[in-house]
Amino acid sequence: MAVETQTAPRGLRRRRIRPYQVVQIVVAVSITAFLLYRLQYVLFVDDLYGLDTWTRFLISGLVIGAVYAVIAIGYTLVYGILFMINFAHGEVMMLGAFAAYFVFEALGAIPAGAETSFLNTYPIISIILAFIAGMSVSTGMGLLLERVAYRPLRGGPRLVALISAIGASLFLQNAAQLMFSPRRRAFANPDFLSRGAGFEVMISGRPVLITYTGTFVFVGSLLLLALLYFIIQRTRFGQAVRAIAEDQEAAALMGINVDRVIAQTFALSGAMAGAAGVMWGLHNGIVYHFIGFLPGLKAFTAAVLGGIGNIPGAMVGGLVLGVVEALGPAFLGLDFQLKDVIAFSILVLVLVFRPSGILGEVVAEEKV
Amino acid sequence: MRQVLSVDSIHTFYGNIHALQGISLEVNEGEIVTLIGGNGAGKSTTLNTICGVVHAREGQVVFEGEDITTLPSHDIVLKGITQSPEGRRIFARLSVLENLTLGAYTRRDRAEFKRNLELVFELFPRLKERQTQFGGTLSGGEQQMLAIGRAMMAQPRLLLLDEPSMGLAPILVQEIFTIIDRLNREGTTILLVEQNAQIALSISDRGYVLQAGQIVLTGSGQELLTNPMVREAYLGEL
Ligand SMILES: Nc1ncnc2c1ncn2[C@@H]1O[C@H](COP(=O)(O)OP(=O)(O)O)[C@@H](O)[C@H]1O
Ligand SMILES: [Mg+2]
Repeated sequence: MAVETQTAPRGLRRRRIRPYQVVQIVVAVSITAFLLYRLQYVLFVDDLYGLDTWTRFLISGLVIGAVYAVIAIGYTLVYGILFMINFAHGEVMMLGAFAAYFVFEALGAIPAGAETSFLNTYPIISIILAFIAGMSVSTGMGLLLERVAYRPLRGGPRLVALISAIGASLFLQNAAQLMFSPRRRAFANPDFLSRGAGFEVMISGRPVLITYTGTFVFVGSLLLLALLYFIIQRTRFGQAVRAIAEDQEAAALMGINVDRVIAQTFALSGAMAGAAGVMWGLHNGIVYHFIGFLPGLKAFTAAVLGGIGNIPGAMVGGLVLGVVEALGPAFLGLDFQLKDVIAFSILVLVLVFRPSGILGEVVAEEKV
Repeated sequence: MRQVLSVDSIHTFYGNIHALQGISLEVNEGEIVTLIGGNGAGKSTTLNTICGVVHAREGQVVFEGEDITTLPSHDIVLKGITQSPEGRRIFARLSVLENLTLGAYTRRDRAEFKRNLELVFELFPRLKERQTQFGGTLSGGEQQMLAIGRAMMAQPRLLLLDEPSMGLAPILVQEIFTIIDRLNREGTTILLVEQNAQIALSISDRGYVLQAGQIVLTGSGQELLTNPMVREAYLGEL
């Protein structure tokens, strides 16, 4: 809200541009100019990459982006209802990945027939069991976090809950390191989903591999997103969540048990993180205590990019971030190691230029 | 007459602010009872103490023979008390229909839900026309209708209304009060809070006058309307 100290007569009032706005405009213009320059360069000058390579980038971006979207939903759900960033969310995902890892290890060790294991004799059942384990562990962890780290601090300043969330994140990371050792473990997928296998499509005369895991993860993520959207828009629980997000006291006056719905929201957000963890393991193949950290931050970025608190926004934000991150280094002519820098630059730029995100409304809506 | 609600010398605090200083009142079945009083007298706090938004530090709230003083508000809705709160508190980004559905959150019976929805739509035809619109797009008068309709969706045995006329044009105030009167005649027991004492008392069986957290006067609606002190302080006459 703008507070004006002096009111000049209408019409005579000059719009004063603050120095900060000047900086904003200069930065925005430079970035736009640079992006346009790179666009013409990539299109007309440089032919380092063919269409097939761009397609590979795009596919890998869509897959990772879909997982970001699933994780981002968890941030956005919790933010929407409590205006709090659950920074331990990435760790909740990591624990889900571990649970699935152990399920695969165990099933892979159970012999079935002469040459093969339960894992490969019943791959579908194995995958379902892995998802059940991963999602249960993460659901439980979401509930536990809410109970232990956030509920006691509710009603206090929001910064306190944020600090508690960061503490919980560090705690879980270190606890996982102690329990499971810092060793990087290879995820033992069932054979039919082995990593690197896939089908090929020809693009401008060259084969482009579409991996089975990537397809599985992409489709699985979209299904989860659709399910979540249905839950929030169409069920009694979802209606309660949206009501609490708008006005907790009025929601309680409707007979909604606010504490219980908040706990259920953490459970749902944990379940999503767990599923994302399992998919992450299946697709990337490595689990250790640190795997939740970067995807967590990226998904947070995605949630902010889409408009934090906004569920379709988190979905769109995740996909956009995944794709931008995958295409970005080649597009900008940068080293591929710099994709994380691109992602976090986007976070900063969004926060500076459009804090409400792509789909979000203005965040300052008397909620703070 | 059967007693529905009995409030027995409650004291409610906000931190150190002693907002209610021993309020006692009662509401009998089928009555419409009004609390009047100036700004900050404690009217909203009284309603909020009854429905568990805030809790009394001393004293008792008894609803249909049961002590509900310490129950959380969602349990109190389950017991049969709903409120249309001050400022309406419509869920702006939920549709009108969703707002009404939330009003029936504690009632799981589908047939009953349909019946109550029909009832509310019959009472407020404009809500029916606007049922797919976002709550936030309604006019002030429509939002007030929605707030009352939403509170009726739980089929309450006691309906609390906090300043339903607030910010409305006189003709709308008239319309809202006609409906409140009708709801009461059709059997809903109502505890009403109003700044607009004239119109509220004229439809009320009884009334209480609140001042600085205490009840200073009580009587039938007619008695209060003709009481010199009430006329001077709340009806703007000298
Ligand atoms: N949430 C609150 N926090 C602190 N004080 C409050 C709060 N709500 C009301 N009060 C105080 O309690 C007293 C009664 O307020 P209220 O019940 O809202 O009065 P009324 O509804 O009659 O205008 C006032 O002095 C008011 O300032
Ligand atoms: Mg009030």
